[in-house]
Amino acid sequence: MTTTTAAPDRAATRAEHGSFGDLLRAEWTKFRSVRGWVIGMVVAGLVTVLIGLLSAVGSHTSCNGGPCHFLYPVGPGGEAVTDSFYFAHRPLTGNGSITARVTSLTGLLPTTSNGRVHAGPQSGMHPGLEPWSKAGLIIKASTRQGSAYAAMMVTGGHGVRMQYDYTQDVAGLPGAVTATSPRWLRLTRAGDTVTGYDSADGRHWTLVGTATLPGLSSTVQAGLFATSPAYNMTTAQGMLGMSGTGGPTLATGVLDHVSLLGGQPVGAWSGTLIGGGPSAATPVQGGGYHRAGGTFTVTGSGDIAPDTPGGAGPGQTLDHTLVGAFAGLIAVVVVGTMFITAEYRRGLIRTTFAASPRRGRVLAAKAIVIGSVTFAATLVAAVVAVPLSSRLLRGNGNYLYPVTTLAEVRLVAGTAAMLAVAAVLALAIGALVRRSAIAVTVVIVAIVLPYLISVTNLLPAGADQWLLRLAPAAAFSIQQTIPNYPQAGNLCSVASGCYPLAPWAGFAVLCAWAAAALGLAVFVVRRRDA
Amino acid sequence: MSLASGTARALTRPAPATAAAGLRDTLHAEWTKLRTAPGTIGLLAAAVALTVGVSVATAAATRCPAAGCGQDPARVSLTGIYLGQVVVAVIAVLAISGEYSSGMIRTTLAAMPRRTTVLAAKAVLVTSLMLVAGTLAVLGSLLAGRLILPGHGFTAAHGFAPLSLADGPVLRAAAGSVLYLALIALLSLGAAAAVRDSAAAIGIVLGLLYLFPIVAAVVSDQHVQRHLQQIAPMTAGLGIQATIGLRNLPLSPWAGLGVLAAWAAGTLLIGGLLLRLRDA
Repeated sequence: MTTTTAAPDRAATRAEHGSFGDLLRAEWTKFRSVRGWVIGMVVAGLVTVLIGLLSAVGSHTSCNGGPCHFLYPVGPGGEAVTDSFYFAHRPLTGNGSITARVTSLTGLLPTTSNGRVHAGPQSGMHPGLEPWSKAGLIIKASTRQGSAYAAMMVTGGHGVRMQYDYTQDVAGLPGAVTATSPRWLRLTRAGDTVTGYDSADGRHWTLVGTATLPGLSSTVQAGLFATSPAYNMTTAQGMLGMSGTGGPTLATGVLDHVSLLGGQPVGAWSGTLIGGGPSAATPVQGGGYHRAGGTFTVTGSGDIAPDTPGGAGPGQTLDHTLVGAFAGLIAVVVVGTMFITAEYRRGLIRTTFAASPRRGRVLAAKAIVIGSVTFAATLVAAVVAVPLSSRLLRGNGNYLYPVTTLAEVRLVAGTAAMLAVAAVLALAIGALVRRSAIAVTVVIVAIVLPYLISVTNLLPAGADQWLLRLAPAAAFSIQQTIPNYPQAGNLCSVASGCYPLAPWAGFAVLCAWAAAALGLAVFVVRRRDA
Repeated sequence: MSLASGTARALTRPAPATAAAGLRDTLHAEWTKLRTAPGTIGLLAAAVALTVGVSVATAAATRCPAAGCGQDPARVSLTGIYLGQVVVAVIAVLAISGEYSSGMIRTTLAAMPRRTTVLAAKAVLVTSLMLVAGTLAVLGSLLAGRLILPGHGFTAAHGFAPLSLADGPVLRAAAGSVLYLALIALLSLGAAAAVRDSAAAIGIVLGLLYLFPIVAAVVSDQHVQRHLQQIAPMTAGLGIQATIGLRNLPLSPWAGLGVLAAWAAGTLLIGGLLLRLRDA
């Protein structure tokens, strides 16, 4: 009798002062000794890899039945770029500057009717400008696509801009250019540095930006350019996703008071069509230039910008290799929920709480165990899935947008971290509602449905973007591998791997949800009878 | 145990009468369990409320600009089905898994040893409940669409008549959506009978619904994409809601609903077989 009364006392004292490590070990033992949960985690890893592979196998890109021979120029930073425009240029050796006054920017858009674009000859086009149609001055390392440059330009809807090396964009004077309010532009080269100025009157100049173009050769091409990105129109929305149509557009800039000073400007003006032709992934309309006295008229089509997914060009983003993470997510949410609801169902929770009465610590231990196990299992899956699926995708003729190593590591580790936090969220909701069907449904719907809605364009534009900022689904932004560039002018859509929040910000939204749910669960579990 | 009860039954009653009475009694027993189970009424109300609520919010947020729009007013006003269906799936899963988690299933099968009859009775009851709840949800959603959408550009000038059940395609979308919810319930019932555990069952159902459209969105091959959409229970099944642009559907509306029916029949068949062959 005395021994039996003494034993619980000792056990209680030990539990009271038992280390958190013991609690972790207890929860880990529970996890690994339930076969269904271990199988569930293995399944999560396997489906993550297999669905990614299957979707890669089902992704063939071909051009007229054969492989595609598109050129994908790469910019100085290693990113995919679009580099198509009309270039009226002269060589410039050494330091110098180029100045011009832009008096007009006009353009032609493809005519649409009944949701179809009448692409083709210019007779089917009507006047109009794209917001990022542009014309102005450019200093470019060479006429090779993807070479370094710095440019001052007027645009269709974004005022004067200085842009350089594809990814950089600085705003200058606002407002549209007209004959009554012309824009003066100037680029000055000194060594590796090109500085851009703008002016409304040609006398008072304002510095817009300074570009450093490392390793710029002594002789560069300086001159005038015009280009205009493709017109994209959404034709249908609904369950089947968005289908769009579009066509090339043209922009024409009129520039006078052109002066090329300093250095040794040698040779006459010459015109070059950069990009275009059958190897262009995005069709362009061509262009040309005309000189009458001191007035240049330059017409061009295309774009000088980062090539981002979602435009007219074909290509896949690296996050497509992890599409299986959705299936993995469902599996880890099921296991994460059962990790707590099974204890309630079998009554084990009473033993657990009798052994360690500090319930908050029990939930914390459970969260750490399920989070770590999920992270480990899905990290292995992601490390396997990304290289295998990208090999398959490339083998099937798909173009994969180049990504930085940092973005690739973030994609792999971030996906595993996202699934781990999702499992913790499932655990917390499971502790709150104690019924597995409801907990699993709530978590999966909160994470997957906003993504699905966005990818299939179910809700009006805007509403789905807000869902992807506020709902736990925001975490998918950790899978974004290509940064958002406003000047690329493409639609930022989830289907093309672009999210409204920055990668870590989106992940933080999911973490906040999980932390709030876990905090609420601790509060409720402490007050409630087990 | 089944041998004992079978012998006892054979001694007391002639077999044909047992079968007939068995189905009626089974239905009665299942109905009693379903209506007294905690949460059934609340979940049914949630299914209707969520469907109508999301439909109202979507209709309120949708604009048809002056340039014209490619949106389908019937589909917009029935958007809530996307959320309502998961509650329907939960109700159907709990109708079976709830018994497994509480151990009630052993009592049920001891009292009614004809396991297929038990599953059939559950299927009949869950389907009937969903037809009633689905009708309420769909009528509420369409009424909201009829009241809201004309004020948002879906006017006669843009070629849209107010939503009306007298309009053939709208009637098809409405009746089809109700049937869709009932078929989702049957699919979930079959999955729950097959895997028994409620968390795993709902995971499988949501996976079947959500994964096909997500994979279809990232696959670059148009043919593979179309085939995926044709076999996807949700994408194909919800084609029944389309009233315009039928040419762009992966399958014709009724054929699409047939795909979902095939999925439901398949999981019910597997669930029924496993229920018969396995220990409870």
